[in-house]
Amino acid sequence: MNPRILAVTTGRILRQLRHDRRTVALLVVVPTALLTLLYFMYADQPTPPGQPSFFDRVALVMLGIFPFIIMFLVTSIAMLRERTTGTLERLLTTPLGRLDLLFGYGVAFGLAGAAQAAVASAAAYGLLGLDTAGSAWLVVLIAAVNAVLAVALGLLCSAFARTEFQAVQFMPVVVLPQLLLCGLFVPRGQMAGWLQAVSDVLPLSYAVEALQQVGAHAEPTGTMWRDVAVVAGAAVVALVLAAATLRRRSG
Amino acid sequence: MEDAITIRDLVVDRGRRRVLHGIGCAVPRGSVTGLLGPSGSGKTTLMRAVVGVQVVGSGSVTVLGQPAGTAALRRRVGYLTQAPSVYADLTVRENARYFSALHGRRAADADRAVADVGLAGAAHQLVGTLSGGQRSRASLACALVGEPELIVLDEPTVGQDPVLRADLWARFHALAAAGTTLLVSSHVMDEAARCDRLLLIRQGRLVADDTPDAVRARTGVDDLEEAFLRLIRAGETREGATP
Repeated sequence: MNPRILAVTTGRILRQLRHDRRTVALLVVVPTALLTLLYFMYADQPTPPGQPSFFDRVALVMLGIFPFIIMFLVTSIAMLRERTTGTLERLLTTPLGRLDLLFGYGVAFGLAGAAQAAVASAAAYGLLGLDTAGSAWLVVLIAAVNAVLAVALGLLCSAFARTEFQAVQFMPVVVLPQLLLCGLFVPRGQMAGWLQAVSDVLPLSYAVEALQQVGAHAEPTGTMWRDVAVVAGAAVVALVLAAATLRRRSG
Repeated sequence: MEDAITIRDLVVDRGRRRVLHGIGCAVPRGSVTGLLGPSGSGKTTLMRAVVGVQVVGSGSVTVLGQPAGTAALRRRVGYLTQAPSVYADLTVRENARYFSALHGRRAADADRAVADVGLAGAAHQLVGTLSGGQRSRASLACALVGEPELIVLDEPTVGQDPVLRADLWARFHALAAAGTTLLVSSHVMDEAARCDRLLLIRQGRLVADDTPDAVRARTGVDDLEEAFLRLIRAGETREGATP
């Protein structure tokens, strides 16, 4: 990896995003709009005594899940475009290293995911009265790491898609099982053993657990840091696998 | 002086189809060599082998003294793909500056490359809003920007107006005069006369490897299209005799 090439590549990807104003607007506005919807959905639900309200519990997890879903989709399509428009082939004939490109995407869309999470968190805490024991900054941090994981998975999956239609189909394949088993719908402890085992190897489960730790504890816990490390580790593994799918020579 | 590109017995298969059947040729330094042939003859595959992105069956490709695709060559070789490979959602200048930064060049080098392809007036336009010809010139600027020693251009003049085409060819010859080697493909025979040397390829086989004048002398006709037709017919007759 070359820091200068990584930096110019990150800048190039962010510049592309900046020219697409509608995408930027959607990235910023949609999570906040959906959280507002969630707020009114749960507005009249009674809160069980001694427990966080439904909105607090669900909105906290959604703050981590929005960047995960969106950055996965954005990255899959962006990388597929690099492959289909020939820019990838050209890049591979330049001094750019494969990891420069992959980490460039990781940094650029990781920053975009962090910005998205920051805006959504500001709205959730400031306007919708989200209440967590821990700091909002930790929520943004976890959401940002989650965004990087989504970018890494998107880069990897784009190697298995020939068309944009196929790339979009990977979203339900990769994201939905993680969402169903992450503990948001059914607490992980109440799942059948084999489902728990599956949940244990899905990285999103750790991101959600980390967020729940922030919800329940005033100070960052050891479990939270371990979970963040697991998510970051999964992102690095996915990036390395994605590098293996990027061949300079093709048939 | 050593040749810029030396190709020996190059065989390439794509899928189950053999695309190149044992090509052997050399491209001298500081010249404009034309790679001519009909669509589907293997020009792009041969160029991809030279820039080191093509999986090669057998044979060797040596570029500037090193095996094609060597990491050190990536700073010394520029490649223009046939379809314009630039970012449609960046401006012309942003594209050129990105590729120049990859080669460790300054922004001023990028702006000069944009001006060299006649796009100074459209530098701030998004590539997605350009005409086809402008877009392929934007792509060309990105291939020239690193001032590479070898420039491989896959059909750079398609869709350009005649005046611009003449300008681009003048630019290629100026680069060659300064010591750069250019390998330029085209399926239009009237561009053959503009090259210092010609490689004519058809159905994955080399039909001619000579200067335009030598091709004319060998076939006894002035028109290069007619000359190539004769070379192809002569080759087919030979093949017909020994099936």
